[in-house]
Amino acid sequence: MDGSLSRRAFLKAAGTVATASALPGTVLAQPTATPRTAPLPAQPGAAPALFLFFTVPEAEFVTAAVDRLIPADAQWPSASQAGVVNFIDRQLASGYGSGERLYLQGPWQRGMPGQGYQLPLTPAQLYRIGISAADRAITQRFDGQRFADLSAAQKDEALGAIETGELDFEELPAPVFFETLLANTIEGFFSDPVYGGNRDMVGWRMVGFPGAYASFIHEVDQHGVRYTRAPIGMGQTGH
Amino acid sequence: MYLLPRERGCLTARKQGGFVAKRMKPVDAVLVGVGWTGSILAKEFADAGLTVVGLERGGFRQTVPDFQAPGIHDELRYAIRYGLMQDTSRTTLTFRNRPDEQALPMRQLGSFLPGTGVGGAGVHWNGQTFRFQPADFVLRTHLIERYGKQFVPDDLPIQDWGVTYDELEPYFDRFEYLCGIAGKAGNIKGEIQPGGNPFEGWRSREYPLPPMKQAHAGALFGKAAASLGFHPFPVPSANLTDHYTNEYGLTMKPCMYCGYCERFGCEHFAKASPQISVLPAVLNNPNFTLRTHANVTRVNFDAKARRATGVTYVDAQGQEFEQPAEMVFLCAFAHHNPHLMLVSGIGEPYDPKTGRGNVGRNYTYQTMSSVSVFYNEEVNINPFMGAGALGTAIDDFNGENFDHGPHGFVGGAYVAAYTTGGRPIQHHPVPEGTPRWGLEWKQAVARHYNHTVGIGSHGSSMPHPANYLDLDPTYRDAWGLPLLRLTYDFPENDRRMAEFLADRMLEIANAMGGEQVSENRLGGRYSIVPYQTTHNTGGTIMGIDPQTSVVNRYLQSWDLPNLFVMGASVFPQNPGYNPTDTVGALTYWTIDAVLNRYVKNPGPLV
Repeated sequence: MDGSLSRRAFLKAAGTVATASALPGTVLAQPTATPRTAPLPAQPGAAPALFLFFTVPEAEFVTAAVDRLIPADAQWPSASQAGVVNFIDRQLASGYGSGERLYLQGPWQRGMPGQGYQLPLTPAQLYRIGISAADRAITQRFDGQRFADLSAAQKDEALGAIETGELDFEELPAPVFFETLLANTIEGFFSDPVYGGNRDMVGWRMVGFPGAYASFIHEVDQHGVRYTRAPIGMGQTGH
Repeated sequence: MYLLPRERGCLTARKQGGFVAKRMKPVDAVLVGVGWTGSILAKEFADAGLTVVGLERGGFRQTVPDFQAPGIHDELRYAIRYGLMQDTSRTTLTFRNRPDEQALPMRQLGSFLPGTGVGGAGVHWNGQTFRFQPADFVLRTHLIERYGKQFVPDDLPIQDWGVTYDELEPYFDRFEYLCGIAGKAGNIKGEIQPGGNPFEGWRSREYPLPPMKQAHAGALFGKAAASLGFHPFPVPSANLTDHYTNEYGLTMKPCMYCGYCERFGCEHFAKASPQISVLPAVLNNPNFTLRTHANVTRVNFDAKARRATGVTYVDAQGQEFEQPAEMVFLCAFAHHNPHLMLVSGIGEPYDPKTGRGNVGRNYTYQTMSSVSVFYNEEVNINPFMGAGALGTAIDDFNGENFDHGPHGFVGGAYVAAYTTGGRPIQHHPVPEGTPRWGLEWKQAVARHYNHTVGIGSHGSSMPHPANYLDLDPTYRDAWGLPLLRLTYDFPENDRRMAEFLADRMLEIANAMGGEQVSENRLGGRYSIVPYQTTHNTGGTIMGIDPQTSVVNRYLQSWDLPNLFVMGASVFPQNPGYNPTDTVGALTYWTIDAVLNRYVKNPGPLV
């Protein structure tokens, strides 16, 4: 059970020295052999406003929605600032959006929750119909105001009502739209930056995930060590 | 993607296809699927001088270039969009909880993740490599002997396997030495070994490699478990801990703990797989022909239904081929073997109303639950320093390792703290009561990501008469075949087992020194949506009675003696362990029977 013997053996074999950095709660030394990435800004620059799938009003809706799902705080940006709208836009313009791996043969029934997704819609179709249905239902509920123009508290109320299905869409079950949007938002915040979200790796830096590193054999049994090396994405060299 | 020389030859042949199936040159053995079992059969049969064709529905894949960094470290592509797995737009199954409900298609993957392509699920597995217990193989007999006949619930068709642990031990050993399993023996020839699992069945020798380093999560779990009197040990791992050369002369490398095992191919040549442990030793053998993008649609048999004559398959261009063979081996995933039997009309489909029929009965799964321990911010867990089988486990409440007399259920689970990787789309634990989105959620994710340990119980699954596989009457796959229909819910027995284990896990979790504990108990009906495990078993089960099993103790069809069914679809019920070690052991056990007995005198082996 005790890994210390094998660890010592390994460190010895690897020609490294077990230093104080191996103690819990201390900062892990930067290995000199690992190339450093350039220091990253605390907040990423403005996300591009060019879209492959969304219309401008759709992008406004999605921006307003994902920024309530993952709002900005004092330290870390919101979902849209992290590029999540661009991420979802590119996903919907790609094979995922066209349902390349969905079984899309009928007949169609709603089924039970445990039977999973049962709509004849690709993700791209789900968003197109879902955004327009949501915007209409919300506008009715909030005296003619568009979702993007609501206050933060009103937006949260509207999203909560979509989540539970209390706000009914005629075209499709509102909770299915909500769950897809929430899942895609989390994907965009935490996936590799090559997909357009997680800009400057803000999602990874927020939690302390180091990204695409290929080895922790020197660190895995330094229990409790504070790991401070900057994350790297797949698109960077120095892997 | 490379084309192997034999694949190029095959492309030439495909040009001649038409509406009439092109008849290929007869061979000694045809393998349906080239994952773990198909690869090992190919190697052993080709070496023995048999001509072998392996038909794989997916493409060719190998460590270089297909699993290389940095591209393989892509959580979205592989873990979320299932880049290496079955394409549900082509084929899937339908699902319902109960026989009186309407089954609907599983339109995307969720609860389990079958592979597609050479290597099968052996590419994206974690490498947790447990043996089943001696009692598991004779479960009905054992339960009656230990507890009396009235103890075994009437409604659970628990069966003996027809093969014993002692018979399989040399074959477990061989598979473990094929893979270079890293572990600590707990029982060598009856002698209990310090540091290993004291409850395990006897093994003839130590593991080929020493166990993995221990992660922080495993250390915290192991310490708490030991303080309560339990017996922690390192999980036996197919993530290797040193350079290792196996019996086929193939050298694998040590794991780098990069945290990209489950759902990924290993870039480091460090996770045992058909690609690095078997296939390079057979791909150049002229006795073996691999055909990729070859989807088998039918097992053919003679007019009197006395023997299989080969298989029919469809290639990437939609052309149909017939591959005649002296022996047919179904080596596909646990769902596909029963599906192929059913669409081919072999055996009698199981009917839950009458209890008659053998194909499709005893579908079982795994019964999982979990607990999370949330620590203060001084305790860094570093979940991203991981490996698929990097874990610390206890086996005190598995199988027959404890007295079930007072509890009123059959089965059990091992409990483990794994550190498989901290990829954050999937791994962002928050305590119970945290909102699902919004500022509070975001801050909870940031707060707890690096300060949380999850422990899980890997529970057994007992058969139930209403849990089974058959053909769906409505939905079809891309080749026009009826989809498989899965009818499954957790039996009451397994729910009681899971509750008991959840209580034990909670005791351990509360001793782990965290600030807060959240439970994820088994809950309501089985759902096909959240991932649970890819340990789907049963449907073409092995046994001693042709009325209640599909294959005999040598995995040979009772109906067609030159048809063999490999893999976890032969398990009569699913013990509380990962299945691959037993799948590997049964493969070598069958090879022994085929090469030393069947080939010399074809016919029923029992």
